[in-house]
Amino acid sequence: MCKYFRLGLGIILLLLISLPSPGRDLLLKNGTVLPVTRGTLNHCDILILNGIIAKIGPNIEPPEGIKVVDASGKYIIPGIIDSHTHIALTGTNESSEPITPEIDMRDVLNADDPSIYTALTGGVTMVHTMHGSANPIGGENIVLKLKWGKSSEEMIVHEAFRTLKFALGENPKQANRMVMGEQRYPQSRMGVIAIIRREFLKAKDYLKDWERYNRLKTSKKFSSNIIPPRKDLGMEQLADMLRGKMLARCHTYRADETLEFLALSKEIGFKIACFEHVSEAFKIAKELAEDKIGISIFADSWAYKMEASEGIAYNAAFCIQKGVLVSINSDSWERIRRLFNEAAKSMKYGGLSENECLKLITYNPAVQLGVDKIVGSLEEGKHGDIAVFNEHPMSAYTRCDMTIIEGDIYFDRNEYLKEREEKTATKDKEKKDKGDTNED
Amino acid sequence: MKIKFLSVILALSMLSAVLSFGEETPVYTVIKGGTIIPVVGEKIPDGTIVIKDTLIHAVGLDVPAPEGAVIFDAKGKYVYPGMIDSSCVLGLQEISMVRSTVDYRETGRFNPQVKAVEAIWPESMHIPIARSNGITAVVLTPSGSFIGGQCGLIQLNGWIPNEMVVKESLAMMVSFPPLPRGRRGDQDRERPQTKKILEELKDIFEEARFYQKRKKASKENPALPPPDFDEKMENMLPVINGELPLYISVQSAADIKAAIELVKKEEIRAIFLGAHEAWKVAKEIKESGIPLVFGSLYELPVYWEDGYDALYRNPRVMHEAGILFAFSSESAASAKDLPYHAAKAAAFGLDKKEALKGVTINPARIFGVENLMGSLEKGKLANIVIADGDLLEFRTKIEKVFIAGKETDISTRYDELLKKYKKRYK
Repeated sequence: MCKYFRLGLGIILLLLISLPSPGRDLLLKNGTVLPVTRGTLNHCDILILNGIIAKIGPNIEPPEGIKVVDASGKYIIPGIIDSHTHIALTGTNESSEPITPEIDMRDVLNADDPSIYTALTGGVTMVHTMHGSANPIGGENIVLKLKWGKSSEEMIVHEAFRTLKFALGENPKQANRMVMGEQRYPQSRMGVIAIIRREFLKAKDYLKDWERYNRLKTSKKFSSNIIPPRKDLGMEQLADMLRGKMLARCHTYRADETLEFLALSKEIGFKIACFEHVSEAFKIAKELAEDKIGISIFADSWAYKMEASEGIAYNAAFCIQKGVLVSINSDSWERIRRLFNEAAKSMKYGGLSENECLKLITYNPAVQLGVDKIVGSLEEGKHGDIAVFNEHPMSAYTRCDMTIIEGDIYFDRNEYLKEREEKTATKDKEKKDKGDTNED
Repeated sequence: MKIKFLSVILALSMLSAVLSFGEETPVYTVIKGGTIIPVVGEKIPDGTIVIKDTLIHAVGLDVPAPEGAVIFDAKGKYVYPGMIDSSCVLGLQEISMVRSTVDYRETGRFNPQVKAVEAIWPESMHIPIARSNGITAVVLTPSGSFIGGQCGLIQLNGWIPNEMVVKESLAMMVSFPPLPRGRRGDQDRERPQTKKILEELKDIFEEARFYQKRKKASKENPALPPPDFDEKMENMLPVINGELPLYISVQSAADIKAAIELVKKEEIRAIFLGAHEAWKVAKEIKESGIPLVFGSLYELPVYWEDGYDALYRNPRVMHEAGILFAFSSESAASAKDLPYHAAKAAAFGLDKKEALKGVTINPARIFGVENLMGSLEKGKLANIVIADGDLLEFRTKIEKVFIAGKETDISTRYDELLKKYKKRYK
């Protein structure tokens, strides 16, 4: 009985922890709502209670004491999700060694990074912030909500997939850097794929050793002089990949090496969540669609290096039309605040609809991160993560006016301007006062 | 012998007759039925443009089509002047990290003798992409740590560089130090790097004036030897004589003020490029009469205190102060994004019409080619874009691009690769 009680208590506690921290209640009135997973709703309200969208519909009666935001003439979309960034970190690459799966970006979170605010001004509410691409096997990435002002612990999204960064091509083979002294292996695409295979084969043995030991431990044959295998933090991570507990996010540009990695994943038996950048995805959309592997790419940023010189602007739309799950990422401290502009380019290059473009930066990345049950679209029961724009978000003339996470307003352009005006006024006054006293 | 001579004469006269015949029957092209946005002047719904050879012959509501003209129906479409990118490296850089494809930057600090137009690669895949997005002319800007070389104006059509060059030398590029990143509190102070550049410029101007004086003196008095030929000084002469403006890449408010002082003192002409903090010194810029070109708006403000939108609102502040400005991509691979920089400024308060001017008539005015391009007016080059919507919008498709009266190919490397790989899916 006591046991069941404890179990029940545990479950309740777990539920409490996994629920989003209770945010503010908020009512958005009379906006044009673009839920992404269904059609546009004109003159529509959204009620957020405890950080969760409680109701979407016209003329919602405001509960007593609730904060009401007038969204007349504005466009309301789900908070933008950046599937590939490096913001809010104190480090990006550990490039002294090629194999570093033991690295965890969770250990280097920086809640004070101004990039968080920059991203909020562009309607971004969630990011997948990653290890860099210096190594064939990098570190573990992390998903954050951009709760500017909160602690880094409070930003972590526990519902998201665990992902490990891999990288192919020019970066891990150090093609574009001047290497002083001895060169690091690998220096070619041959070496890159070979070293990843080597590590996975080692991890398979490592996993077997532990499985054997664990079997022995529970058997009657176990004696105290059987010692456990040596613990290896990097191998633990790869073992988790083999167990299916962690997914690969692989940086790659060229079609050929993308396919090599895909083949390796089958040979070894690990899962790929998503390919990063894949400038040449349009060449292999068939294979990507068949294996249901998504891509997280740039809209049209290209030709900055050799392997990116075939990254055509049709990439996103063409792959969507071939059934590939596509998201548009920033991979930049600056581009992150105009992801909506980047997504809009697929209307011209490939003829996606406004809504399909919007999905590239909301619903699709949510699926790629494993958080589509809680965010990525405006639906009752999902988190109140929202961006408000003054014009249609797919217009070049649009501007983000408000960004909300779980009912809390983290960016409000009007408030921002008011504060700035006040600050400038006080500053000017101070200057003037100082000047006056100097004259005395 | 005589007969041979005569036959040559005959052949020549026949040839000239053929040539003059060609001159006498101009090629007329007519674009009709579209909404014409001439940029200078009011919108003309259901208007007509007549192109005679390379130039715009007529624009208006009821313009008759000359006999035998090739007619383009632009019904339901919008007709704009081609856009002008006020600073880019199209044809000078193919893949930024592949050094062998980068030609916009020379080594050394003082290179007034190098000309951007002399390094154009007409085959660049980025040129048709920019053209297919409605950009018909660009200012090529070399760069460097100090005097980077001469900017030129090219049109985005031609088999060989000569067919592309509109003006070989448009301005002399000089770079002030970039904004110091991550340092606060010293924005208003003059920096040692700036001081150094100001001194260097002063010395160069002095040297150039002296060089010119000696040249002149020796011309007037053969007893005086001319100065040894100095290619750098030779190329600085148009600058000191006020014929060639300095294109000053300058960012901070203090540096802008220092640059204004310099321009005034040396009595030269100038254009500013970049001008991140122009909004802090709008009054001074306005008084100086110096026009400015914004660099890519796809950058972050250096100082947090300036506000996240410092670069975005800069153009609006300039417009309100009555300063002539234009936009630029500062790119090759992203040069096609020029219209979106203008639209971004509009999103942050700049009037949409003014944003459009910033990529059409304003650059023409700033670079002194207003008589050639920048608007749809009689007598200008027929650089014309037919679009299915607002020129600055992401969704808009460009349907036809005319450069100097010729319809150009608007297929791109994008199209080529897409077409090739579509075959794989059949």
